[in-house]
Amino acid sequence: MISFDVERIREDFPTLNEKVNGRTLVYLDNAATTHKPKYVLDAIKDYYERFNANPNRGAHYLGVSATELYEGARERVRQFINARSTREIIFTRNATEALNLIAYSYGLKYIDEGDEIVVLISEHHSNIVPWQKIVQTKKAKLKYIYLNEDFRLDMEEVSIKITDKTKIVSLAQMSNVLGTIYPVKKIAEYAHSKGAIVIVDGAQSVPHMKVDVLDLDADFLVFSGHKMLGPMGIGVLYGKEEFLEKMPPFLMGGDMIEYVEEQSTTFAELPRKFEAGTPNVEGAVGLKAAIDYIEKIGFENIQRQEEELTAYALERLKEMPYVKIYGPLDMEDRGAVISFSLEGCHPHDVATIVDTYGVALRAGHHCAQPLMKYLKAPATSRVSFYFYNTKEEVDIFIDSLSKVRKWLGYGS
Amino acid sequence: MDLNQLYTELILEHSQSGHNKKHLEDANCIERGHNPSCGDDITLELVCTDDGKIKDASFTGVGCAISQASTSIMIDLIKGKTKEEAEKLADIFLSMIKKEITDDEELEVLEDAIVFKNISNMPARVKCAVLSWHTLKESIKKKDSR
Repeated sequence: MISFDVERIREDFPTLNEKVNGRTLVYLDNAATTHKPKYVLDAIKDYYERFNANPNRGAHYLGVSATELYEGARERVRQFINARSTREIIFTRNATEALNLIAYSYGLKYIDEGDEIVVLISEHHSNIVPWQKIVQTKKAKLKYIYLNEDFRLDMEEVSIKITDKTKIVSLAQMSNVLGTIYPVKKIAEYAHSKGAIVIVDGAQSVPHMKVDVLDLDADFLVFSGHKMLGPMGIGVLYGKEEFLEKMPPFLMGGDMIEYVEEQSTTFAELPRKFEAGTPNVEGAVGLKAAIDYIEKIGFENIQRQEEELTAYALERLKEMPYVKIYGPLDMEDRGAVISFSLEGCHPHDVATIVDTYGVALRAGHHCAQPLMKYLKAPATSRVSFYFYNTKEEVDIFIDSLSKVRKWLGYGS
Repeated sequence: MDLNQLYTELILEHSQSGHNKKHLEDANCIERGHNPSCGDDITLELVCTDDGKIKDASFTGVGCAISQASTSIMIDLIKGKTKEEAEKLADIFLSMIKKEITDDEELEVLEDAIVFKNISNMPARVKCAVLSWHTLKESIKKKDSR
């Protein structure tokens, strides 16, 4: 672990030094996607300049190099999340595709009429819509675990919703709207005691904290590369080998086969059974570089910086009249995402106004319409930090936010 | 874009006054319009007469200042017009946003709605401004096919 110097770190990220509307960018939309350090960009460029070839085929030098880089990235991901074997690491486009893979492959095979699938009310659409499709097809039931007043969940509600009929429990480790970090390990233990499998959506957690699939005892874990300094278009599905072995392939085509006859095919071994077509080597190389970079910074440093920023932003927001925060108000089990509303001001107007001060934040329903309905909020504004953000940026954000109501014609 | 050009007095007045925001008891043409990405969600209510006139109009729903003001200004404009005239105005408005019509004289018929001309320079907000006009066109189309 190196000593943490945020100004030094910011020099690694070209985008952070861009000007927006004549001002230095204040990027607070990291839950949507993060920026990329030069180390990642260089790794991708280097791959194309020196090694580009289609992996897994051809005996020429570059083909072998590309295969080694691609498989090397898989091994790096395995270490990163502490999986037992690279057979358990499948590359996908993103977390959404990984969830679809599980739904269509595992869900269609193992969900029967009357079975139940349980999710949290705060799930991203990617962890709701595929399950709706499965329960409609299979005449099963989709059930929601609701939250407490403080935007956290209690185990009593968990034990009411997860029953002997529950076959799948699928939940985000951290909410992309509320910032709540859920007790996944405890929920997994309970779900397993009822005979259900547990899918963890790590899109918001894996970039920010050490996630150990063995410690969590997750049956599946999904995450996206682009939310953790990597390029877009690469994601990861981790699955316990015993489940992946018995699941049918999701996409069919080249690379995922063993023997193809005119009328039938046998499939490749794991993990290639689930990776049809030419893979995203560029993405895998970029993701590996991103993991290298993150581990060089160290999760201890990442979490300390994010906690400091989030606590400070919460404190400043709480001082502001007209601000309502959707999410835990203290730092216990809480990540670096804050959703809020400004009385009388629609989030879209808020986003447009602070944008003119260089501040990038997210407005809307954050791909969580059922949650917004549950919160009775048509939309919210959201800021989300990464380790490269600074306290000064929080100040600029708060200053710009304090001007919004005036622009919209309110006295203060 | 300068915020002064976006959040003009006229737009703020319409987004906050709510004089067109209500239910109409005798509405016979009701259409919901929705921007799924940002959550703007309006329902346009029209009272259409047998001879094809829009006798009254109103809206309900939630959205940003731009979508609310655009809806309210549109309602002021189409009240008393025939459905054909209203449809024509919607086409001119949408052409203005797409910069297909830029001549101010040609845009004069839009009256106050011309205030949204500059929104074409703000791609992120275009859909807020056009929501009500698309909803109006959809509403008339459905009414006519009934």
